[in-house]
Amino acid sequence: MSRRVLPVGDDALLVEVTSGAEAEALHAELLRRRAAGLLGVREIVPAARTVLLDGLADPARWTSELTGAEIPPASAQAGEVIELPVRYDGPDLADVAAHWGVPEQEVARIHAATEFRVAFCGFAPGFGYLTGLPARYDVPRRATPRTSVPAGSVALAGPYTGVYPRASPGGWQLIGTTDAVLWNHARVPAALLSPGTRVRFVPVAGPSTAVPPATRGPGGTG
Amino acid sequence: MSDRALAVVRAGALTTVQDRGRPGHAHLGVPRSGALDAPAAALVNRLVGNPPDAAVLETTVTGCALRPRCDVTVAVGGAPCPVSVDGRPAPWGAPVRVPAGRVLDIGSALSGLRTYVAVGGGIAVEPVLGSRSTDLLSGLGPVPLAHGAVLPLGPAPALHTRVDVAPQPAPPAELVLRVTLGPRDDWFTAAAVHAFTARAYRVSPASNRIGLRTEGPALERALTGELASEGMVLGAVQVPPDGRPVVFLADHPTTGGYPVIGIVRPADLAAAAQAVPGTPVRFVAVRRRRPPHTGRTDGTWRERT
Repeated sequence: MSRRVLPVGDDALLVEVTSGAEAEALHAELLRRRAAGLLGVREIVPAARTVLLDGLADPARWTSELTGAEIPPASAQAGEVIELPVRYDGPDLADVAAHWGVPEQEVARIHAATEFRVAFCGFAPGFGYLTGLPARYDVPRRATPRTSVPAGSVALAGPYTGVYPRASPGGWQLIGTTDAVLWNHARVPAALLSPGTRVRFVPVAGPSTAVPPATRGPGGTG
Repeated sequence: MSDRALAVVRAGALTTVQDRGRPGHAHLGVPRSGALDAPAAALVNRLVGNPPDAAVLETTVTGCALRPRCDVTVAVGGAPCPVSVDGRPAPWGAPVRVPAGRVLDIGSALSGLRTYVAVGGGIAVEPVLGSRSTDLLSGLGPVPLAHGAVLPLGPAPALHTRVDVAPQPAPPAELVLRVTLGPRDDWFTAAAVHAFTARAYRVSPASNRIGLRTEGPALERALTGELASEGMVLGAVQVPPDGRPVVFLADHPTTGGYPVIGIVRPADLAAAAQAVPGTPVRFVAVRRRRPPHTGRTDGTWRERT
């Protein structure tokens, strides 16, 4: 295990580790230190192999502190479990089954039997990158991204599962649909999933009866 | 005359509501957003007696026109432009009284890109995660202004400014961006890192609130693999596969997978917000600033040990 602390501008640090599990453990430890009043920082942003600390009062001190710090492994049991109802009816089920080398119905069984964790968020408000599937179930992105993926789509790419909080372009493999509202800024908290949240997908039968979550325009990328 | 609101008579090319944005939610994928030329937004607020974080309007190139439903004090700053009230010229960069029912016209920018309009009491649309800013990347906050829209105003400030006119920096003829290298400068060849800080770039017309795009020499990578997505800061200079640096502005994505060759000093981003397409850009490498041991005193955050 090795850890590198890279300066980012004048008041941010990027801590680079060698695995997603280490990034999750480091993120959990940094949140603990902030909650204990030991770490003054504006943003703590976990990602695949890194944690970004932005808005640090004393980056030089934290560079040495974080280079040598003992970080306890993230506790698998920590955090609440959110259950997301899902219909495994995505258009890419057959392609995912082919990548996994299993019959199509097995995709749903394997996916629903897995406990996921939100490793990090990004791409859009409320979009979590969920880990938990064994590495043999990694899948590539679609060769050609879709111009519009419906809100609530449950999708796979690389080692991750994600749920689109609202309609947007996307290249992930779509395996199902949920009626859960991933993002609602009138709710506290606005994001249903945040880094560290444990997630289970619970299969439900039948077509959607829910009104699709409202999306607002123009959004896009400016 | 207690109807404290503004009607939009002419929305302009892109006029949004902006304040200081919504930092603190990057871990949920929420961009910080906020006025691109933050000093200009703070200044026009001060001219009308608002707190510096009151919501203002940010226009893009073509201005906008507004009809207040109550008597208001406004101030226009940032990119210089003609200002008029019912066709009669009014000052730019100074408080202007606009009686109810008159039309305040903010003309096209004479130089620069983004003009800021503060109204006494501030634009009082419903905040989202503590901010009224429109975020064009993720669609949070109010939609951009549209013809006929009505914007609520907050209560008129009790104190009036005594400033008659405030000096403001001219939009840059040449954009000089001080940059500290890293965290991913090692993903580029030594020749590319040298070119980045020695060669001339120009502001690309594809720039927007998300990023200032540049045209110029493509920066060649030393590493060809894919970088796993990582957290991004304001002012990060990301280099996409075409090799042309993009400077992340307020609506930037919170994570990204292209290597960041350096970070622009936040103080230089106000000028970046006003640099018209074609403006020459120079990235000047500077040493990392050593923060004082006492920490900062700006009150936004501090060490508590």
